[in-house]
Amino acid sequence: MTTFTSHDTAATRGWAVEAEGLVKTFGSNRAVDGVDLRVATGTVYGVLGPNGAGKTTTISMLATLLRPDGGNARIFGHDVQRESQVVRQLIGVTGQYASVDETLSASENLYLFSRLHGLSGSASRRKSDELLEEFGLTDAAKRPLKNFSGGMRRRLDLAASLIAQPPLIFLDEPTTGLDPRTRIQMWETIRRLVSSGSTVLLTTQYLDEADQLADRIAVIDRGRVVAEGTANELKASVGESTLELRLASPGDADDVRVAIQRVLGVAATVSPEAGRITAPMNKPDLVIELLVTLRDEGIHLAEMSVQKPTLDEVFLTLTGHGVDTDDAESEASAELEGSRA
Amino acid sequence: MTTTLDQRATTASPITPGADRALKNRVSIPETISHTFTMAYRGLLKIKRTPEQLFDVTLQPIIFTLMFTYIFGGAIAGDVQSYLPIIIPGILVQTVITTSIVTGTQLREDMDKGVFDRFRSLPIARIAPLSGALLADTVRYLIATTLTITMGFIMGLRPDGGPAGVVGGAVLVIACSWAISWIFAFFGVIARTASSVQGISMLVLFPLTFLSNAFVPADTMPDWLQWFVNINPVSHLVTAVRELFDAGTFGGDAWLSLLGAAVIVAVFAPLTVRAYMRKA
Repeated sequence: MTTFTSHDTAATRGWAVEAEGLVKTFGSNRAVDGVDLRVATGTVYGVLGPNGAGKTTTISMLATLLRPDGGNARIFGHDVQRESQVVRQLIGVTGQYASVDETLSASENLYLFSRLHGLSGSASRRKSDELLEEFGLTDAAKRPLKNFSGGMRRRLDLAASLIAQPPLIFLDEPTTGLDPRTRIQMWETIRRLVSSGSTVLLTTQYLDEADQLADRIAVIDRGRVVAEGTANELKASVGESTLELRLASPGDADDVRVAIQRVLGVAATVSPEAGRITAPMNKPDLVIELLVTLRDEGIHLAEMSVQKPTLDEVFLTLTGHGVDTDDAESEASAELEGSRA
Repeated sequence: MTTTLDQRATTASPITPGADRALKNRVSIPETISHTFTMAYRGLLKIKRTPEQLFDVTLQPIIFTLMFTYIFGGAIAGDVQSYLPIIIPGILVQTVITTSIVTGTQLREDMDKGVFDRFRSLPIARIAPLSGALLADTVRYLIATTLTITMGFIMGLRPDGGPAGVVGGAVLVIACSWAISWIFAFFGVIARTASSVQGISMLVLFPLTFLSNAFVPADTMPDWLQWFVNINPVSHLVTAVRELFDAGTFGGDAWLSLLGAAVIVAVFAPLTVRAYMRKA
């Protein structure tokens, strides 16, 4: 596990989330295998990982939806198991799959949830009108949810989580499956939430989303936190970007590898069949020198590109293995069954 | 977020920090009741949105009452008119109890939806999503009850127990069916799919309703069957309804039915809530 600098805000504002050694097993699958998390009050915390890494299961335990098989967690100092009802008064949960009532209209949904939060009938109507307005759903308020787009559903879902103005909001993959425009709208909404004093814990599969929103990020893989830090700290650990070279004649590959080692001071990866070489690019300035060196040595490039770090590379670097899609998908569905069945 | 503090000052409704809130770890009884009624309101809204789910409670009473009365009437009681006082309470109990199976299947379908995740994350009484759904379903029992009795009237049933007896019988059937629906709610919570709930429930209910005095007097049955028919709670409920319809008396069988209903709720409501929370 890679750990970066300690938090500075927690001492003054306290922890919104403290989790130690959380474990959840579904049959033989250890979906969450000893997760430690600390989220400072008033910050956005991103939990980054592929499908099936245990993100949803972790959130479900913190939100009192699942009972941990091991470890413990506190929300604003309240134990999620012993004081679950207190914890529920402090949190709002927006699931990966919109947790609103499909058979009802948007305003009926918000009215019902407001009533359940203990608001009177008239206060509930006022609250739902207010939220519909705020989330741009007033026009669609009376329409059945069947006709709602993915983005509208998510907005309604988030609105429902905000009725009690909870100081801590869990967002489980808030933008998965949304188109780019709606995604940016969702990001704006999340930023607005934080500016009103909420603490947000969000999970995501996208590095850029964590980068855009989160003050700190935990990278989670196979139920464990493999790295924790700010976005910059994490990216620095993988290398800002990757330099990718395609050679005119694949025979030069060895010479190029040596040149990269000498000029950039890093080890390059060679895939000989395509004459393709990749290397981490920590100092962009030095790339010019590398190119000059290659020209001097008479090595010709067919193509050159710079790739930003992807989640895949963060993973490769941090865990030594890539994102195994098939495996991840089957685990994800197992996790889903476990948490819903 | 270094700008948090500045922006907070300008936001209209700042979030109350967790530490400054008055919180309690228990849900009071009045709150539980209020949550239950809100959940029941949700159930009614759903019925309003999808009226087709009322097909069973509207068509079954009409078809079954007509069918059974004209098939068995002549053979069992000599003619349809004298069979009506026997069959109407019987078919009423059978129909309304069968209706309560739907509670279990619908609960199962409902629990598979994302909205139940939200219910579980809300600071509400754990029992409310269940008790609310069950309470809303009494509307279905009321429709089935009303239609069965109305069919009886149309075919010529004139109960001697008067309006009070008829209403009493109807209320008794609805109350007992509500209690029984907790059994199916339990199946609904523990089963994997809605169709398996339907399957198990029919398997339990079919013998219970037919191996009773609901359609025929028990005296022609073999001794071992009579023994079962006489201890079958459905028989006691049918007898209680007949007494209420015929004489307006709330007798021993009625009390026994209510006691049975109370026992079912006392056993199955906690079981169901526990199973529901374990899944949660």
